[in-house]
Formats: sequence, C-alpha cells, structure tokens
Amino acid sequence: MTGTARINDFVVRFANVNGSGSASANQLFARAILRMGVPATPRNIFPSNIQGLPTWYEVRVSEAGHLGARGGTDLMVAMNPQTWDQDVGAIVPGGYLFYDSTRPARRLRDDITVLGMPLTELCNAQYEDPRQRQIFKNIMYVGALSALLSIEAGVVEQLIAEQFRAKEKLIAANVHALRLGRTQALERFACPIGLRVQRAAAVGDRIFIDGNSAAALGAVYGGATVAAWYPITPSTSLAEAFARYCKRYRTEPETGRARYAIVQAEDELASIGMVIGAGWNGARAFTATSGPGISLMQEFLGLAYFAEIPAVIFDVQRAGPSTGMPTRTQQCDVTACAYASHGDTRHVLLFPEDPRECFEFGALAFDLADRLQTPVFVLLDLDIGMNERLCAPFAWDDARRMDRGKVMTAAALEAGREFGRYLDVDHDGIPYRTLPGTHPVRGAYFTRGTSRDEYARYTEDGAAYQRNMERLLRKFATAKQHVPRPLRRDAAEGAQFGAIYYGSTAPAMDEAASLLAARGTAIDLLRVRAFPFHDDVAAFIAEHDRVFVVEQNRDGQLRTLLINECEIDPAKLIRVVHYDGTPITARFIADAIGTSAEAAKIVPLRKAAP
Amino acid sequence: MSFLPKPRLHHPELATNAVGLTRRDYEGAISTLCAGCGHDSISAAIVRACFDLSLPPHRIAKLSGIGCSSKTPTYFLGAAHGFNSVHGRMPSVLTGANLANRDLIYLGVSGDGDSASIGLGQFAHAVRRGVNMVYIVENNGVYGLTKGQFSATSDRGARSKKGVANTDAAIDLVGLALQLGATFVARSFSGDKTQLVPLIRAALQHPGAAFIDCISPCVQFNNHEGSTKSFDYVREHNEAVNRLDFITGRDEITAEYAPGDVEVVRQHDGSLLSLRKLAADYDPHDRTAALAYLQERSAAGEIVTGLLYVDPEPEELHTHLNTVAAPLNSLDEAALCPGAAALDRLNAALR
Repeated sequence: MTGTARINDFVVRFANVNGSGSASANQLFARAILRMGVPATPRNIFPSNIQGLPTWYEVRVSEAGHLGARGGTDLMVAMNPQTWDQDVGAIVPGGYLFYDSTRPARRLRDDITVLGMPLTELCNAQYEDPRQRQIFKNIMYVGALSALLSIEAGVVEQLIAEQFRAKEKLIAANVHALRLGRTQALERFACPIGLRVQRAAAVGDRIFIDGNSAAALGAVYGGATVAAWYPITPSTSLAEAFARYCKRYRTEPETGRARYAIVQAEDELASIGMVIGAGWNGARAFTATSGPGISLMQEFLGLAYFAEIPAVIFDVQRAGPSTGMPTRTQQCDVTACAYASHGDTRHVLLFPEDPRECFEFGALAFDLADRLQTPVFVLLDLDIGMNERLCAPFAWDDARRMDRGKVMTAAALEAGREFGRYLDVDHDGIPYRTLPGTHPVRGAYFTRGTSRDEYARYTEDGAAYQRNMERLLRKFATAKQHVPRPLRRDAAEGAQFGAIYYGSTAPAMDEAASLLAARGTAIDLLRVRAFPFHDDVAAFIAEHDRVFVVEQNRDGQLRTLLINECEIDPAKLIRVVHYDGTPITARFIADAIGTSAEAAKIVPLRKAAP
Repeated sequence: MSFLPKPRLHHPELATNAVGLTRRDYEGAISTLCAGCGHDSISAAIVRACFDLSLPPHRIAKLSGIGCSSKTPTYFLGAAHGFNSVHGRMPSVLTGANLANRDLIYLGVSGDGDSASIGLGQFAHAVRRGVNMVYIVENNGVYGLTKGQFSATSDRGARSKKGVANTDAAIDLVGLALQLGATFVARSFSGDKTQLVPLIRAALQHPGAAFIDCISPCVQFNNHEGSTKSFDYVREHNEAVNRLDFITGRDEITAEYAPGDVEVVRQHDGSLLSLRKLAADYDPHDRTAALAYLQERSAAGEIVTGLLYVDPEPEELHTHLNTVAAPLNSLDEAALCPGAAALDRLNAALR
C-alpha cells in the first residue's frame, strides 16, 4: 500500500521499554530534525517505574510551528512487544510501522505500510556485550529512520560528535551503529518514505530545553540562595538542575565554596519550613514540589501568608488527587495553591506557558515574593516541566537589580524612622520588615501565626485581627499591579466568543484557534499569566457572549477562580476540560469549542426575535 | 501569671557585662505562664547565660513551635527577633534561618509535645544534619494549653492529674539526640539553676548541634503524686554525672579542685570547659557508653543529668554544604547573578 505523503508535518512515536537506554537515542532523533530547521516537539509518556514497563516518546514535527500535542501517530517505531497491539492500533490509516522483525510480527494491519528490520539480529551479530547490544540497537534505529525520513546523516553525526565531545571512542562507536542502521534501511526499503523532513528555516534562534531546567536557571538569575526540597516526580529535575547550575555559576572562584545552600529535606513540611525560615531571615529561598507536597505544606503556607514571609514554590503539577498518576500531566493544583491553608487566604500564582516563561517567572517570583512578602507559586506541569520544548532564547538585562521590597535598614532605624512590622505606612497593604540582627535596640519584633497588632504585639482583640485581615486584602489588590498581565490576541474579525487558557495549554489553544478560524468560528484569546487576575480579565469576559475556559483538570479550577474572584455568572463561562493525564490537543479543543459554538450560533439569543 | 507591667527602671548599680548591658537588657515581655512554672526558670537561666557571655541580644534569633514552652521566647531577649512558628516544625524554620545567615546564634525552644510528638521527625533531622544551634526542650511530660493530656515523654506508668496511668513507652530525647549525632547533649532540671545556667552557656558557645533536655515540671497538670515529672520526683531521682563550670576565656583553669575530680575540655574555638566529675567513671566523650549508662540508670528509676556528651571538634551543616563565609542573605547581584553574557553562551549550547 502507498503511505501518506507529508513533508515536515507528522508525528513519530517511539514505543520503548523503560530503562532500555532509548531516551538519548530518541532525543538525538528530535534534535536532528531541529538542526534541519524544522520545529519538533518531543513528549515523554512514561510510567511510574524504573525499569521494565512501557514508555513512549512522541515527536511532533511541524514546520508550521505547532508545539502542542496533536494526537494520532503517523510513524510508529514499535520496540516494545508488551504494547504491540496498542501501538499498531494507534497508527493513523495510511501511516507507517517500523519494527524489529527479528521475531515474526503478530497481527498486522493492511491500511498501513509495514517496515520490518531485524534490529536485534543485526545488533547481536555486531556486538558481544549485552549492554552494547541494547544501546546500539537504539542508535541503529535512529540511523534507519534518518534514511526513511531523509534526515541528513551529517546532521546526526555532528550531534553525536557534540554529545560525546573529546570521547573519540564513543563517537566512533555511535557513528558506526548509526551508519549500520542507515545502510540497512537504504538496502531494505525504498527510502525515503512518504513522511519526510526537508531543510527549512522555521526554528530561528529558538532554544530547546525543558521547563524544570529553565525554572531552576530562573531561580539562579533571580538570586535564590536557599533551596529545600523533597524528591517527587515531576519536580525532582528542577531541584537537580538548580544544583547543577549553581555548581557552574555560583561557586566562589577564590575559595571554591558555594554561594548557595541546597538541602534535601526529610519531607515537604520540612522543605517549606526551611524556605520560610530562610525567607524570614532575608535569603531568597524556594522549594520545588508537586501536588502531594502542596497538600502537606498547607499549614506552613497559611503561616507565611499571615506572618508575611517571602517564599517561592515551584509546583510541577501531575494528575491528582492523592498519588494520582505521578507521571501524567494536569493543571489540577490551581485552587489548592490559590487558597492554600485553613482560614481566609489568597496566594499569588504564576502560569508559565513554556521554558522561556519558566525562566522569566522563575526569576520574577523572587522579586514578587520579596515585594509582596508572601508565598508566590510558579505553576508548571509535567508537560512543560519534564519535556524539552522549543522556545525563545533566554534574555537578561544586566542593569536589572533584585527588588528586595520594603526592608528597613539599620541606618533608617538609627535615624529614628518609625517601625511597626504590620503598619501600612504606604497604604498599599505592604508593611516594612526588618531582618534579624539588624540593629542592637530597634526593629526587633516577634513573628507569629497568632493575631497581633500593627506593632507585632500579640493580641486577641477582634478589631486588630480584622484590620490586619483587611490589610492583607489591600496587599493582594496591590499584587495585581505587579504580576504579569494577561496577553490578549483577538481574531481577525469581531468574535462573539472568547477563550481563556493558561500554562502548558497555550500551544494547543493557539493551534485550535487557527483550526476553528478555518472552520469559520472566530475566537478571541486571552492567556492568563497570573493570579490575582488583572482587571483586563474581567473586561475580556464582559466583552464576549460566551467565554470558554480551557484547562487540564476535571473541575475547571481556573473557571472556579474566575467565577469566585471576578463575580462572573457561571453560565457565561464554559468549561473545556481535558484531564486524562495526556497533554491537551488542538483537535480536542477545536472539537469541544466548535460543537458548543455551532450550537450557540444557530440561535443567537439576541437575534432570535423576528 | 502577673498582669502588672514590668518596670523599665532598674537599680543604677546593677552590674553591666563586657558589652555594657545589664541583666535586665536580656529580659523580654512579662511571662503569661502560670505562677511557678518551670519554664519561667528556664527563661531566667537563658537571660543569665546570655548576660554572662556578653552576647549582643540582637545577634540571637529565637525560634519556637507551639505550646507553653514555645511561648517563652517572648519572655526573654526582647531585643532579638523571634519566630513562633508552627506546631512541631521549629527545627525546619530554624534550619532555613541558619542557612540564610550563618553569623547569628540560633536558639530553638520547644516542648515535649512539640519535639517528641508532632515534631519528632523534624527534631531528629535537624539534629542529624548538625545544624549549629542550641535546641532546648522544656520537658514537662504533659500538654498544658489543652489541659493535661500525656505527651510522648511521659513515662509508662506515670499517672495523670485525673489518675489515669500512661500505658505508652516514653520517648527519651536525650537518647535520640545521642544516637542521631548531636555534638553536645545535656539534661538538666529547671529547678537547678546552678546546673542549668552553665550548660546553656556552654551550649551557646558550641559550634554545632547542641541539645538540652530540661525537665520542667508543670505546676498545673503534672506536679502531683504519681507524676514522674514533678518537682519532688525529679529532685528525688536526679543523678547528676558532672557539674559544669564553663569558662569563656582561653586562660588555663586556676580554680582548685581535688585531683582527678576535674576534666578540662578544650573546645574548637579555644574556649575551655571544666567538668567536675560526680559519677566517678562517666566519660562525656564516649557516645556509646553514654547511651548505655542512660539506659541502665533509667531502668533503675534515676534521671541522669549533666553534660552527657560533647564533641570538642564538631562539624556543622554549613561545613557539610561548603557554603561561603559571608551570610547568604548578604550576597548581591554580582555574587549571585551570572549575567547576560553567560546566558547567551548557554542559549547557544541549547540550539
């Protein structure tokens, strides 16, 4: 059968066994496509397991620049017998199957092109060592794919040379395996197949990095010196990246000593406790965690809110509740973070869409935490946290200074400036603080989670308690002016409908908007980037008949927040929720909005009268 | 409690220390604990120890959890910053504060409920990390603020005020601290100021994790017949292994002791501890023997007090983390931010 022909626009999915060393080979494949100037977006779909269970790596190739998941597979690289049926079934009609034909294939479809190559047999003939047999089998299939998809061999070999810089032996061995796979494919199949990579100039100066690393780098640039964390998927690599970047950028040259402190705590309670202790004492401090960690931190988060202590929390969200699906993505901690703790609280949230914003918000979060003297959450998710994504290069202005907020100095205290820890001197709800050890006799105060007056004196007087709670609301209103504004993108012609979305949903939403436009449904877009919501958010909702709130959780958590905080009629906000743990796709959004919009368009209420 | 405000005036001839402060300068707000509470004696001992050492009060950070004991930091060192954190979680807050500024002295005050029940994990981990701190547990074996429930340090068989016997085994924080690697471990009694003040002084000078378990009877809920934490019971069963005369200077000890009675321990910073031996063969440098001795005496119904273990060459968390000499909270952009040029190089490596 003749396979589908698609140039620079297809999805390849690798089905592997966890722990078989496929990750670096798959990454090599994705990078080679990027080097040819064609955007490629990989996604790891992996189990909560170290070795043996199925894992997939999906690469969406899209010269048009669509970085969201698409759904469906054009070429399946089936390397895992455990998932054979499922994998073969996932190929779109007209698609391709590449598999290890050392053992005869079970049930095959007749509406796909089947490309069998005895990889294990070829490998066993070449290599004696079992580990080498495994590793080079992976490189061999990359070689075969380069021939099948017309990826330039030189590009892949260059990447191998860069990866194993100065390790000539490894370079030679890998290039050998690569060429073996490539030659075998050229001999066995009519190369290239219908799916092809063609050199383009669609990547530009963009960089390719995962969100967790980018956020960690943001913390380095933002001046974080204390990190306390507890290992939890999918946030672990954020803390590890921070350690890596600190070692590189934060080692005192004269002494070799660390300008940072990283503690792997005994649990998430201790992690946030250390962050709060460090923040209280004037160091920029953060923790990285995921949903279960947020649950454990609730009491401390209430303390930091009420006692007004800067803290930064990177929450790399995964599917909850409870242990949920630890290796699957969701945006399901929005309300848990926004209202963390018992009692009346509201917390600042930032929603980065990609690694570039993970870096930016990662640095900004520390300025906000100091300025607002409160916890600031950066809400990533597994999809952007643990996957490499093409994004605008990082930028930094060397003239930028840390905003340490209102910290009263020894000189100010000495000069006799009035100090009341919870005194609203500037009418913005933000009081001054002092750091321990500042002045021998002035400025000391007692920090507590119990109620107190403006001078931090313990009191159970209801009026003083209420004044303080009201001031905290004023402070939250001030926060609106400091957090990143929402970004609006209107449809070409006046749109009846709007869509609000945030975080990792962005690329799928962007693509869905163009799909919908092609189908005749115009949508105005608003990407919310922070909580508290800027006034532009309510204005956007007011301007549209209906607004779709697109997110990756069951209950429409951002929608709940919008209804609650902006006092919106719930009927006006339509849920578009995707929460099976896989990243949301443009097709899903376009179908959901399309169906709803069509229904609404047939009988527009205001035009119904004759 | 007394509700009269504390007079600010004091006797003009009140003694001053090396930094020109009087003992009154080390006090805090008036205590709101019950009259006769053991905790107030500990606060007074802390005041005395800090005054004796001529520590500038504002260079001390006092941290606590929740409970009667955790209220006390308000009642001493009014010129120091204090932090009354979350129940059982003072150790992590203290650890973070210590990481931010290694130049201050960290004084953690906690209770038996705060450290042995809800906060046992954080207590253990702060100790095993070797955080440079003085950690005092004001141990009364009972929950005071909630009116008399047993805590995890209550001895099995001890009776509550309502006459109920405790059936759970007691947690011995001293034993735990020894086992987890604390480099200074002591037990004392709030009713024995002459023993307690020098121990606090020595702990404040110890550059590592210093732990003091201070039995502090609760006059309201745990000072009755049948209690093993009452004033009478502790006085009767107290077995001090040594008496500490702490000397801040580096001068040799000149006080006269009978030969063989005194051991002089030179600390890492050059300061000297002179230990007057009360139990003939007790060696405060042998962790294993200390543990065995404690178990043995405890089985005999005795409460061992004194300086139970000290490591003259302790290591602390900052040593392990190899952090710079300057406090982390004092580092500026030049020290912390790699800058645009480094970022451009990184961008290039990510293409």
